Amino acid sequence: MSFQIKSSGDSYDVIIVGSGAGGGMASKILSEAGLSVAVVEAGGDFDPAKEEDRTQLRPPWESPRRGAGTQIRPFGDFDAAIGGWEIDGEPYTRKGDSEFDWFRSRMVGGRTNHWGRISLRFGPNDFKRASIDGLGDDWPIGYDDVKPYYDKVDKLIGVYGSKEGIYNEPDGFFLPPPKPRLHELYLKKGASSASIPMIPSRLSILTRPINKDRGACFFCRQCNRACQVYADFSAGTCLVHPAMKQGKVDLFTHSMVRKVTSDDSGKATGVSFVNVKDMKEYKLKSNVVVLGASACETSRIMLNSKSKTHPNGIGNSSGVLGHYLHDSTGASRSGIIPDMMGRERYNEDGTGGMHMYTPWWLDNKKLDFARGYHIEYGGGMGQPGYGAGGNMDSMRKYITDEFGKPSPNGGYGEGLKKDIRQIYGSTVGMSGRGESVPRFDNYCEIDPTVVDKFGIPVLRFNYKWTDQEINQAKHMQDTFEEILTGSGAQLLGTKPGADTLYGLAAPGRIIHEVGTARMGNDPKTSVLNSNSQAHDCKNLFVVDAGSFVSQADKNPTWTILALSWRTSDFIVSELKKKNI
Amino acid sequence: MNRRENLKLLFTGTVGTGLLLTGCSPEEKALPENALLSGGTIGGRTEEEKQRDQELLSETFFTDDERKKLSTLVDIIMPKDSESPAATEIGVVDFMEFMMKDQPANQTRMRGGLMWLDFEADEKFGKVFNELSESEVIQIVDEVAWPDTAKPEYEGGVRWFNMLRNLTCSGYFSTEPGWKYMGYVGNTPNAWDGVPQEVMAKHGFQLEEKYLSIYLKPEDRGTIIQWDDEGNVTG
Repeated sequence: MSFQIKSSGDSYDVIIVGSGAGGGMASKILSEAGLSVAVVEAGGDFDPAKEEDRTQLRPPWESPRRGAGTQIRPFGDFDAAIGGWEIDGEPYTRKGDSEFDWFRSRMVGGRTNHWGRISLRFGPNDFKRASIDGLGDDWPIGYDDVKPYYDKVDKLIGVYGSKEGIYNEPDGFFLPPPKPRLHELYLKKGASSASIPMIPSRLSILTRPINKDRGACFFCRQCNRACQVYADFSAGTCLVHPAMKQGKVDLFTHSMVRKVTSDDSGKATGVSFVNVKDMKEYKLKSNVVVLGASACETSRIMLNSKSKTHPNGIGNSSGVLGHYLHDSTGASRSGIIPDMMGRERYNEDGTGGMHMYTPWWLDNKKLDFARGYHIEYGGGMGQPGYGAGGNMDSMRKYITDEFGKPSPNGGYGEGLKKDIRQIYGSTVGMSGRGESVPRFDNYCEIDPTVVDKFGIPVLRFNYKWTDQEINQAKHMQDTFEEILTGSGAQLLGTKPGADTLYGLAAPGRIIHEVGTARMGNDPKTSVLNSNSQAHDCKNLFVVDAGSFVSQADKNPTWTILALSWRTSDFIVSELKKKNI
Repeated sequence: MNRRENLKLLFTGTVGTGLLLTGCSPEEKALPENALLSGGTIGGRTEEEKQRDQELLSETFFTDDERKKLSTLVDIIMPKDSESPAATEIGVVDFMEFMMKDQPANQTRMRGGLMWLDFEADEKFGKVFNELSESEVIQIVDEVAWPDTAKPEYEGGVRWFNMLRNLTCSGYFSTEPGWKYMGYVGNTPNAWDGVPQEVMAKHGFQLEEKYLSIYLKPEDRGTIIQWDDEGNVTG
């Protein structure tokens, strides 16, 4: 175990809270610059190369629940991420009829152990949405400020994809993309018939090696279980552990940060945290504090860091901290492709995600919602585990015999068994992931009456979707039907309508929540400056998605990594100049 | 490589990339399902998870009477045939026993359905379910197994049987014999090089011309990538 008790006299150049994408990148860049770094992580250490941490390549019968999800692994018993939507002893609350679900991972690498590795750059338009549609605010920086860092992230971490020359989907330094799977070719046919683009996906999975420390993908389709040979990106394997090997980084695991401490001048002096193993309080000191605990957890720490000079929480003189919380929109639909029934068997695992996706392709000026969405696709002959052969009470009717006679729904026996074999690998699904419009009225705050098991006040969420997001979900559903029908698929289920907000997922469910400590040039309307430095605490920085002004219809991780690197460079430069 | 050797290699960490999980020969099929159901999930477990699995495994949910009913039913849903074993032969009832404790929200529904069987058996045949003949059992199953044609008064029974069918299928196809029957051949050493040519031809697909030069070539997988300043792959 890497936890070491430090006396309160110990001091670091930098304390980083959180070891996910943002904290992980900061730990690497800051330690390589020669600074002494403490990484403080609420969960335990994790290394998928160690046999005791390995869930990869385990067949379902190595789990008594055959891989079904549990409270702490809602995405399956072999999913690498430990935490989930509800963590015992660590509650959060919602105000009124607000919906918000908060997914947390308590482990080194954080939620990078779970995500789909979809690694999309924000494009030039994504930083300037207010100038385009008059809603929300522009970022104080633009694509040109971040591009050099995206380039460096591509080379350091690796992402496969294809150069397409699409203005708002900037190309990068791509590894070769894998060829499409059969269902992706069918879906592509459907997308083409609807004049919707479908291009090789962009995932941070190493189809070829980028260095000597990480292996190449061997195509087990299980990136969500974390890779033994580090062929996919997670912050623990690619950033934190390599940084620790270079020295200068101390990792404090099982350490739940209560607050950022500060002196009478308002300067951050370090952090106070609870060691969750002995339930005792510890303090660490540093010249610089970097928060990368995830957008909501970071704002929680800052809101809880009250002092004489920071009565509303550190960095919160604007009162904006916690506000402008926004998640991606999400909706999905599935279908079944008769031409794929009874298909030939072969190994089509491929990489741990889709091989093709659809970037946003329309002009919002002609639509009744403001921002776009991309489409993710699923299907194929995946590993049969918990859930295999399910739903035959409603799906069996899609199977027809040689005379075209459909099977009856439900049933039992040899005929049912054969039909399950027949239908295997013929269902497809798709999900839209869209940009929502950030609003001051969507926010997290400290619940004045509830604390967690460490005695730390918890977050209370206030969140409502607006017509922008609802209309976008409606558009997604129309698009899904068009693509599925064009693919020759029969639609499964009924089309989600207005009563379900067109299948729009509850806020938080897409796990792309951002914006709670947004950057801006005006200290009255933003928490951080354009370098992610707190306006009113010069030695406090945020390197997670809290800093996002708007989230784009892109998964946030690649931008978190690029901005964390950029902020880390700024910290090094400011320290050199003795400005902090 | 047999299963034991495979595991041994995995545990000593001497297996390189892409050499894991070779297929087992038929005589190796001494089924691990039941044994593993007594041990909890393997790999990457937190202390809380280990403890919870052990607690669940130490508890008993189904009575002997209920197990007998289930054994009859799961073998009707997934019977033995020339290609595959019956559900009871591969631990499907044990799997259900565990799932009831793991997802307790289903307990009442499941138990209610099993109790209803005795009511229905008594109504129809004046016996308890476990004493019915094969054909009598099938008469009851047929009342609830066909959602689209079932009589309205069996609506609740249909919902219960749907759950039972789903659980049976989960427990059946998540096993080695289930994989074999399904024809699942993934998670074997493989470099993904696209859909086999004959399958492409059969389904009438061709790869897009413009991507042919950039798709991953399996022979490049051992070489560290290099780019020029424009992001073009140069080596």
